[in-house]
Amino acid sequence: MAKSHVTMKVNGKIVDELVEPRTLLIHFLREQLMLTGPHIGCETSHCGACTVDLDGKSVKSCTVFALQANGAEIRTIEGIANADGTLHALQEGFREMHGLQCGFCTPGMITRAYRLLQENPNPSEVEIRYGISGNLCRCTGYQNIVKAIQYAAAKLTGVPFQEAAE
Amino acid sequence: MNDMTPTSAERAEKLEGMGCKRKRVEDIRFTQGKGNYVDDLKLPGMLYGDLVRSPHAHARVKSIDTSKAAAVPGVVAVITAETLKTVNLAWMPTLAGDVQMVLADGRVLFQNQEVAFVIAESREAAADAVELVEVDYEQLPVNVDPLKAMASNAPMIREDLKDKTDGAHGKRKHYNHIFSWQAGDKAATDAAFARADVTIREFIVYPRVHPCPLETCQCVASFDKIKGELTLWGTFQAPHVIRTVGSLISKIPEHKIHVIAPDIGGGFGNKVGAYSGYICSIVASIVTGRPVKWVEDRIENLSTTAFARDFHMDMEIAATKEGKVTAMRCYTIADHGAFDACANATKWPAGLFSIISGSYDFPAAYCLVDGVYTNKAPGGVAYRCSFRVTEAAYCIERAMDIMAQKVGMDPAEFRMKNLIRREQFPYTSAFGWQYDSGDYQTAMNKAMETVNYKKLREEQKAKRHAFKRGETRDLMGIGVAFFTEIVGAGPSRACDILGIAMFDSAEIRIHPTGSGICRLGTKSQGQGHETTYAQIIATELGLPADNIMIEEGNTDTAPYGLGTYGSRSTPVSGAATAMACRKIKAKAQMIAAYMLEVHDDDLEWDVDRFRVKGNPESFKTMTELAWAAYHEVPPGMEPGLEAINYYDPPNFTFPFGAYICVVDVDVDTGMTNVRRFYALDDCGIRINPMIIEGQIHGGLTEAFGIAMGQEIHYDDDGNITTASLMDYFLPTAVETPHWETDWTTTPSPHHPIGAKGVGESPNVGGVPCFSNAVNDAFTFLGSTHIQMPHDHWRIWTAAEKLGLHE
Repeated sequence: MAKSHVTMKVNGKIVDELVEPRTLLIHFLREQLMLTGPHIGCETSHCGACTVDLDGKSVKSCTVFALQANGAEIRTIEGIANADGTLHALQEGFREMHGLQCGFCTPGMITRAYRLLQENPNPSEVEIRYGISGNLCRCTGYQNIVKAIQYAAAKLTGVPFQEAAE
Repeated sequence: MNDMTPTSAERAEKLEGMGCKRKRVEDIRFTQGKGNYVDDLKLPGMLYGDLVRSPHAHARVKSIDTSKAAAVPGVVAVITAETLKTVNLAWMPTLAGDVQMVLADGRVLFQNQEVAFVIAESREAAADAVELVEVDYEQLPVNVDPLKAMASNAPMIREDLKDKTDGAHGKRKHYNHIFSWQAGDKAATDAAFARADVTIREFIVYPRVHPCPLETCQCVASFDKIKGELTLWGTFQAPHVIRTVGSLISKIPEHKIHVIAPDIGGGFGNKVGAYSGYICSIVASIVTGRPVKWVEDRIENLSTTAFARDFHMDMEIAATKEGKVTAMRCYTIADHGAFDACANATKWPAGLFSIISGSYDFPAAYCLVDGVYTNKAPGGVAYRCSFRVTEAAYCIERAMDIMAQKVGMDPAEFRMKNLIRREQFPYTSAFGWQYDSGDYQTAMNKAMETVNYKKLREEQKAKRHAFKRGETRDLMGIGVAFFTEIVGAGPSRACDILGIAMFDSAEIRIHPTGSGICRLGTKSQGQGHETTYAQIIATELGLPADNIMIEEGNTDTAPYGLGTYGSRSTPVSGAATAMACRKIKAKAQMIAAYMLEVHDDDLEWDVDRFRVKGNPESFKTMTELAWAAYHEVPPGMEPGLEAINYYDPPNFTFPFGAYICVVDVDVDTGMTNVRRFYALDDCGIRINPMIIEGQIHGGLTEAFGIAMGQEIHYDDDGNITTASLMDYFLPTAVETPHWETDWTTTPSPHHPIGAKGVGESPNVGGVPCFSNAVNDAFTFLGSTHIQMPHDHWRIWTAAEKLGLHE
């Protein structure tokens, strides 16, 4: 199949590649750019394991063609850490609050939460639950993911984090 | 000792040993997208495999034409059963003693059964070619109903077994019959029923569901023709078993097979078995001489690899009119699909189902299970439970509620009256299991007090009156469940898989500087083994957990073990870890005695050191002893500091718990709202409370999914109607209730550190608790049992049948 040229900015770096028109963004990221952080869990955009940030929106990269992302700015879990190399408050929060187990949904979940906190820096529990409802987790039951996002929100807004009583 | 010397307690805290909420080691890589899962692997020259699958549930395969597929650019080969026959691999053995087609050999017996395997240079080329494989089918009559499987006119599922009157577990009584398995004392049970004051009988169905981990099953097979060696990376909960079975069926010597399970994205029982995709990938790599990757998609996962449950249980309980249980009996039809690929200990075709007498003191009990073939996918795995334990727990907990209703007692009060009492432990059940330890009344009391059970019942009573007066359309249900699990398979006298005893192992090597590595036969799929095993070692050896690396999943380096499922890691490998530590500690003590010039017996252990009794300032720390082990061992002693233990548990462990759920049901919409869920678990000694709590949250969420919406459903033609996440319910953060967790601690008396295992308790106890809550909402209207799953439609239908919409 004839290939087409795509250019995009991924985690701050310009990439310039040839892709088949039918190549999915997730396959392009994972197999051409070797960014294996985003995962594939369902191919039908239900699970959210493939979530990346595309031009300031959370998208499920299993249902976007690489060509559709031509000219876009993309951020994956590999580009979430702070510029100085320290972990982002969300990465820290997920570990501190035990917001992950098998780790398979985690890159998509953190990438989604990264956008959520820019849309709403101080979300309520309900807003967090709705905000991540496009990302499935089979291990944690979400409760500690909610806490992890609250932890990060507090840290990013400079408010002391207070764990809700059980 | 001066004031600056840390106390024993301060030193112990720094180790991050057992009981500490240690943050997870794994999270460092997972939160940065640096996990190493199978599909992340890309080898030079790697090919991609994809499966052609049957659209029909039952058909004769008249011909397969692969010519158009083979002509697709990039396609390297197309494999069918005919190809596999040349290496004698058209069929493979299952863990349950049956055989299963790897690729369709003349017939297909369930929808999406594997028919051909396309190997290509890219995923896309393989997918293109799959569409072009032309298969000519002649459709046959279909049966997907296990209750009709043994009818005289039922379609014969397994023509290959037509003349076999004996199965892997004894006589077969029908051509679709797999096994009969029974336990307990039938005569004594029947006699108790004959003289009972009160009896109940209910047909309780635990529908077919699927573990559905977020990462599907996948592998990469790479055969080195020069060395004759096969390396197989895969999503394996039991890598050693895969290697042994792989060697037996491929005839590649076991030492020339390297099985590697890297990070696994959830398992829940789905990744125990051996699947056609693995065998095809291996054969494809042997044929092409190149690495071959195979990755299931979600539909393939839900429709072909490892369903769970599908137990149809005719349950009875007998009791006195005062509400004391006297006997139980249960007849079960188990639907195993088209091949018996059940993941059980081999001698137990219905797993540990005879835990069905539950937490109660039944003087007599009997159960009989008949396994049958249908035109459905093979499997029968333990989805987040020990073998068939959740089916048993669901059945007894539902039945106890129904009996409580019949004798006019509160479900909690009725359970209290019949729970095994603390002084009865170790308790031998009517089925012969020896429950190791328990304090059930304390747990039940704590649960009832915490939720203020009495007040909840008063509120419910008021609501019921209000409902009858027409003031509300909401019903309030209170679910109570008290479960006992049987986990940690298992004692070799009882448990083996294809003849291999179900022990497990740990090998610990302490390096000269006092750090170390521990390798185990288990395999984490999210349980956090890299964190928790190190905590056991930290406490046992007095070395910081941070200084211990845990490694699993590589059959070349890990000692042999049977893997992780059935909550067996802590009961078996956790015990092996403690026992290996104790061998190391005994040697360290001899070195310490030599260095301190005292007798071994003059030393005592203090957190991280051996000190001279009565002279605490004379000591050698474990770190010092590690160094000494490599340069000044006593004369005649072997240098080094390492040990291995293969642990064959003397018994299973029996975790238990008391769960209470409050649910509001809208009878007009069938919508439910779980207002409260309280889970008290007793898993014996707790290694990492943070991880335990996380496991319970996750297990409860899976239980919520099962009870409230999951079902793998087939239509009458055998089409699976729930094979994508559009149709198969996985709870999101929005539906998932808030969880309250609690605990009591009753150590296991036979486990070296007193731990029992916990990962599956919340699923085993959670499912009946949700179901009891929904059912409880309707009991005052005369309803006894509403089948799962309790989705809106079914609840609305139940309300409709009760005349609540008139």
